[in-house]
Parts: sequence; C-alpha cells; structure tokens
Amino acid sequence: MAAIEIDHLVKQYPNGFKGVNDVSLNIADGEFVILVGPSGCGKSTLLRMIVGLEDITSGELRIDGKRVNEKAPRERNLSMVFQNYALYPHLSVRENIAFPLRLKKDVPEEEIRRRVDEAAGLLELGELLERKPAQLSGGQRQRVAMGRAIVRQADAFLFDEPLSNLDAKLRGQMRSEISRMQRRLGTTTVYVTHDQTEAMTLGDRVAVLRKGILQQVASPRELYEQPANLFVAGFIGSPPMNFLPAHVEGDCLDTPFGPIPLSRERADAVAGRDLLLVGIRPEYFEDSSLVDDAKRPHGSTFQARIDFTEWLGDAQFAYLPFDAEPEVRDRLRELSQELDSDQLRTQAVVKIDASSRIREGQTAEMWVDLRKIHVFDPRTGENLTRDEEAGAELTRQVAADRAQQVDLAGGGRSSGTTETGGAGPTGGAHRADAPQSVDVRDAAGSRQMSGGSTT
Amino acid sequence: MTTMEREAGAPPAAETSSKRSPKVSSSERKSQILWLVGAIVIIAYALIPVAWILSLSLKAGDDINNQRFLPSDVSLENYRIVLSSDIFLSALRNSVGIAAIATTISVVLATLAAYAIARLEFPGKKLILGVALAITVFPVISIATPLFNMWRTIGLYDTWLGLIIPYLSFSIPLSVYVLSAFFREIPWEMEQAAQVDGATAWQAFRKVIVPLAAPGVFTAAILTFFAIWNDFVFGITLTSTEAARPVPAALAFFSGASQFSQPTAPIAAASVLVTIPVIILVLLFQQKIVAGLTNGAVKG
Repeated sequence: MAAIEIDHLVKQYPNGFKGVNDVSLNIADGEFVILVGPSGCGKSTLLRMIVGLEDITSGELRIDGKRVNEKAPRERNLSMVFQNYALYPHLSVRENIAFPLRLKKDVPEEEIRRRVDEAAGLLELGELLERKPAQLSGGQRQRVAMGRAIVRQADAFLFDEPLSNLDAKLRGQMRSEISRMQRRLGTTTVYVTHDQTEAMTLGDRVAVLRKGILQQVASPRELYEQPANLFVAGFIGSPPMNFLPAHVEGDCLDTPFGPIPLSRERADAVAGRDLLLVGIRPEYFEDSSLVDDAKRPHGSTFQARIDFTEWLGDAQFAYLPFDAEPEVRDRLRELSQELDSDQLRTQAVVKIDASSRIREGQTAEMWVDLRKIHVFDPRTGENLTRDEEAGAELTRQVAADRAQQVDLAGGGRSSGTTETGGAGPTGGAHRADAPQSVDVRDAAGSRQMSGGSTT
Repeated sequence: MTTMEREAGAPPAAETSSKRSPKVSSSERKSQILWLVGAIVIIAYALIPVAWILSLSLKAGDDINNQRFLPSDVSLENYRIVLSSDIFLSALRNSVGIAAIATTISVVLATLAAYAIARLEFPGKKLILGVALAITVFPVISIATPLFNMWRTIGLYDTWLGLIIPYLSFSIPLSVYVLSAFFREIPWEMEQAAQVDGATAWQAFRKVIVPLAAPGVFTAAILTFFAIWNDFVFGITLTSTEAARPVPAALAFFSGASQFSQPTAPIAAASVLVTIPVIILVLLFQQKIVAGLTNGAVKG
C-alpha cells in the first residue's frame, strides 16, 4: 500500500520531443486513478516512468514519500499488467504466477504454493494452473497476468491498456473483475486506457493527458459535467460533445441553431469576446414535441434540418448539419484529429427519444436544455463557464462514496449484496453498467476467498 | 503418443467433410500427386549419393569394380581397416574435440553479443551486423595462406588452438547474426515484465530470455558444429601431423589396405563413420528446436 506522488515529471527524448511534459499528480493510498488520452498523448510513457522502465528526464517520483527516480523496476515493488500480458510461455500458469515469489528467494515453497492458490482462487484460475499460456484463451491469459500482479502484494498495481486485446463482451466482464479486485484488495492502482468507458467506470479519478500535458484530473462525473477545456470536453463522452460556433450579442449567443440566452454570470464570463464555441452534449437535445412541460422552460427550441438518423432501440441519434466560418471549421477539424476521431463535416449529433418520428431530410423543431451547456474560447480552448465549486463537489461526493465502498469491501466480506447496496445512489449512478454481474461474481469470489484462508 | 493421438483426433469434422465432397478431392488429389512427385525427386537427389557411399563402403577389396550399385558380398572389411588406422582415430579425436570446444565458445559468446545487439541502442550497431554478415560470406581460402605463415611464426601451427581461433572468427559472426534475429523476435515486454516482477537484468536474461531463445541457440550451435566438422581448407593448411589434423583433411591422406590399391572404399567407410555423429546431433537437437515456442506469450 502506498501513495504515489508525481512531481513535475518530464520525459524528453534525444530529439527534443517531450513525451511527458511537466505532469504533477498525487495518487492517494488505495486510490484507482486512470490515465486517459488519445494515442500518443504520453499516458503509457508516464506509466512506464512510474514503474521504472522509462528514465525520468526531470522532476521527482515519490512512492510512499521516498524518491525512487534512480531505482530499478525491481526495487520499486510495483506490479504491472502489460497490454499484451507478457506471460512467460515456457512456464506453466502456476509458475507464471509464482515467478515474482521465486525471485525473492526467501519465500518458502509452502508459502509460494499457498499464495498462488489464493490468487488463482480469486481469479478463478484453479483448473488452469498446470497449463501453458499457449493453451489459454485471451481472457484467461489476462487473468493469469493479473494473478502474477497480485501474488506479490506489491505497493501498487499498474495496468497498461490491459483490456484492449479482448473482445467487447469479455472486456465488460474483465472490467468489472478488475474493479472488484481493486476494491477488495484496496491497492493503489494506476490504469492506462484510451477507452473512455473504462475510464469512466473504473476510476476514482481520471487524469486526461494531451500531448504529454495534463489537462484535468477529476472524478469521471466532474470531467463530464465540468470539463476544464475544449479537449477534455471533446474527449469525454460518446458520441462526443457538439461544438457550435457562436457570437456574443448582448446577453445572447448567436449560434447556427438560433440564439441562446445566457444567465447573468455566464454573460459576464464571456463578455468582450467575439467568436466562441458552445459545447452541448448530444443528450441535452430532444425532439421538441416530446419534451415534458416541466423541463421545457430550461431550454429553447429551434428549427433544423435533419440530415441523417440512426435508431438504436433505446435512443436515436440525429445528425444536424450546420454552417461554420472557415476559422471555426479549421479549429474543429484540428480538434477532431487530436481526439483520434475523423469527423469531416460540421454537424451536430443529437440524442433524442427512440419514439420520435423525426426522419431524415425533414426540418424539425428541436429543443435544447441550456442548463449544462458550456462556452469555450476557440483559441485557448479554455472553458469560460466552468463552475469550479460544482465540479469539486462532484468529486467530493465520489470520494465519499468510494470510502464507504472500500470499507464495506474490506470489512464485510460476508456477502456481495451489502457491497452494492452500500454504493449509494450517487456512486451507483456512474457505474450503472455492471452492478448485477458484479454482484453475483462477488458473492462467489468471497466464498472462495474465505475458503482459501481457512485451509 | 497419446497426446498426439488426441490432438490428431481433435478436428474430425474438418477431415471427414473434405473427404466426402467430391469436387474438392479431384483438384486436391492432383496437387497431392504433384507434391508427392516433388518430394520423391528431392529425397532421391539427397539420398542417392548417401546410399552410394554406403554401398561403396560395404564392398570388400576389388569388389568396387563390380560395375553394380550393390556390393556382391556385404563386407565390413573397410570399417575394420578404418577403425584400426591411427590416422583416422586421431583425426576423429581432433575433430570431435575441436568442434566441441569451438562450438561451445562460439555459441556462448554469440548469445551474449546477439542479446546486446538486439536489446541495446548504441552507435555502430548496424555496422557490426553488416560486418558480421560480410565475414560469413568472406572467402575462407583467402586467409588460409596468411594464417599459415602467421601460425608458423607464433607456434600455433598444427595445434588445436590454431584451428579453434579461425573457426571462432568465422562462426561467431554467423551465430550472432542468427541469434540476434531470434532475440528480436522475443517481445521485449517479456524481459520488462521479469524486471518489474523483481528480476535483475541477469536473472531476466537467464530465466526468461535464454529459455525462449533456446531454439535459436540450438540452431546456431548445429550450424556452427556442422561448419567446423565439415571444414577442409583450414584443416589441411594449418595442420601437418596427427596432433591436430581433423577428419576431412585426414581422409585425403588415407591409404588403402596396401600401397597399390585405391583407398576409395575405406574412404567411403570413413565418410559414413563421420556422418554418424552429425546425424545423432541433429536427432538430439531436433527436439529442442520447437518452432513457435513463444506462442501464448502475448495476445496471439
């Protein structure tokens, strides 16, 4: 168990390129932190600097308050799960998991056997122990790699895109398994991913990186609702946030989808600027005819031509093209390239009710919820309407829920139901995708755990 | 055997379906026949000379002039001559000793060097590999005379060491080249994982990299051993007596049962005898050269 302090870390390559540029981040003991960003943003490099596989150009890395910059990987007592698992193909699953213990020399054979069996029980690898990695499926190899990581009782777990080689179904399953394991063991975890579902569901806090520079560190909910800048806003959320060009006119923003009235504070925040970008998430839109009367006053309506619709069963996406001046178009294209997406047109993606009868080619009346929209400066990317206090409050809530969850997972391992029950209404909300499957597996897992410890 | 049977029995569905569909079988049979013909031609090409040598070695006395492929009477007389000859026995001792020592040194050094070349970035790395490749295609005969003079001056002429040194200088570059290709195939994450798991660089090399590179190491060892075992140029130029002369060179000095008979049949017998250790080595190492040992290391 340890806290990891990342203090102004820089990784500079011989050609002068900075892969990681002045990143500072404090990871508390037992915390689950996600490093996320598009490819090439330096997230893996940062992870490898923490584990010691990559040299640190400048800055300081402290584990449990001690500087470890110069220490070799083996002296840092961290364990890592690699993207391609990196299992030892010549060793059986048992020996793969036992490998870190065998290197320690002072661990007696009996102890090794007990700990391997315990880890295997936790990961349901019991029947595979005598097999070679080549005889395992992708998900099984993944679990062996995790077994090798947890058997050592390392100070922290580091994951480098561990699920990116699995198919979608298995990925969801392993995601809940990693989350469950981390909560049970309460080990500090740093997890690199480019998949934002993983980032949003697993992390206590998420650090968004762009070109080696840390953009924002916050709870997933804060990132989603109070993004610090254009990049974070565009990166978090799928489909991504829509950015509409806007000009300030008094207390109003003039956008391609009609004027947007601004509150006093917001108007003050954007006053004196010429061109702005308004960020509206797809789900803030709705087919005007389907909006509750109670909600209607919070937004405004506008007429737009529907280019294209996609019906998904639970919802429906509609694409609304809009015109933008060249400056905005260039900026948006640049942004979408940075975000690894290839949006070619200037169009808004809106998520509307599945029962809406709006069809392609029609002009329809849309309603947009204005409470949560953000206004960005297109040049600096800064979010002009970010409410720091509201964001911090969201992160505090998550931290509180989390503390409760860890207490329950650590203390009351009697049943899985208490654990999910204790997650609370807010904590459950952002992890809404997996509670049921976690529940069942959890109960099974805790039985195995307690069985293992009594023998 | 049981595991093989089980594996072979695993995909019965695919086998039966291909047998039962008549369309596939006609074109498939044609290509099967072509393959068979090709295989027979190649096997004949490779084995007829061996069979010939074998049959020659079994012909006693003047039977080699019998104008037939097979000996009139199978006789082990030539083997008796060869095995009772001091020239052959000392040459065999020299060959085995020199080849074993040179191969061991060469493979150990080449493994370390190739690992460094595959893993480390340093200036001149490409140059080293280029030079290594150039040396392997360098004509051996061109340094035979200079070496002869040099060895005579410094006293290495007609000694084991005098042969081992030039063998090393030709076999190490080849082994480095072969092995560095092997090491490059091993995912670097293997080693990094070992380091994170608590291994020192040496432990990671010994416990993870070497076992994974074993097929490559054995390949290099076999190639080196063959090259040295078969070498004639150095064997004949750098030796003069039984003190160091290896088998291929010694065969040239072979005489028959009497001064007046051609030593063709005894030479054939000696050739057969020196082939035996090579065959044994290949059969032994073949089990070690398991292709695809790294299967399952990474995602696959």
